[in-house]
Amino acid sequence: MSDMHWFVLISTVAAAVAIAIGIIFPAIAMGKAITQALESLARQPEAEKSITRTLFIGLAMIESLAIYVLVIVLIILFRNPLLEYLLK
Amino acid sequence: MEAASVVFTLGWLRITTTVVTTWGLMLVFGIGCWLATRQLSADNPGLVQTALEGAVQSIEAAIDGVLPGRAELLLPFIGTLWLFVAVANLTGLVPELHSPTADLSTTAALAFLVFLSVHWFGIRSSGVKDYLRHYLTPSPILLPFHVLGEFSRTLALAMRLFGNIMSLEMAALLVLLVAGLLVPVPVLMLHIVEALVQAYIFGMLALIYIAGGMQSHEASENPEATQTDDKKGSTP
Repeated sequence: MSDMHWFVLISTVAAAVAIAIGIIFPAIAMGKAITQALESLARQPEAEKSITRTLFIGLAMIESLAIYVLVIVLIILFRNPLLEYLLK
Repeated sequence: MEAASVVFTLGWLRITTTVVTTWGLMLVFGIGCWLATRQLSADNPGLVQTALEGAVQSIEAAIDGVLPGRAELLLPFIGTLWLFVAVANLTGLVPELHSPTADLSTTAALAFLVFLSVHWFGIRSSGVKDYLRHYLTPSPILLPFHVLGEFSRTLALAMRLFGNIMSLEMAALLVLLVAGLLVPVPVLMLHIVEALVQAYIFGMLALIYIAGGMQSHEASENPEATQTDDKKGSTP
């Protein structure tokens, strides 16, 4: 197979593996955060407002990790800067 | 990740669809506010006035929950962020239009505004000296981390909004490629929810960063509050 074939194959596999692994851990972290928030919500329903607010912020922070993975994967797939070495 | 298409060029400056859509939104906001506030009355408020008052009051209550007593100072900035980001995110649902926030340039500009306003409101509320001192607390060794955190959280703010909105639009497009006409509708419904949630999160994070900057002087006065402030100002 030519270099180009390898490049396409490896970037596709790398993108799929990266997004798969990169989603697992933020998902676990989000699950933990939501579990804790629900528990404390059941214990103290009157603190709903601040719990919800903090939960949203925390989820946004965790989510940005998954977004970083997505951005990296999109760069690999659509705008790989290393491609120009191959095309030279 | 296709770049926004160029509408026309102004000398060496290329005006993209993102900029034109943003101008359109500004026009809509400007004209809408002008029309809505033409006939305000305290005695018999109309339908529009009541709706707007409800929106402003809920924004005010949200700010008051984070920074009690400072809602009046922050309402213009945070309220504008919230409304603009929400409407800009929802623009992607209109056919032929793209969300301005699906462009990294727009979100970077918004995040830069937040970055500047953190220092502006912080210095305004506690003075330059006290504000700069909070970078040296609890110990001067942590100064590089404070500075690094300022930049990384600004970057994260821009990347989060951009990544979410762009991936939403892209997801709808990809679903349309592999499936039929009506299949992307649930994805578009998800778009509505996600657009509003992301707008809320963007404004809320901006509010919390500003609150962290404003409370820095109160923290140095009573050390007990330092811990909670550090948590609020922590970086993603």
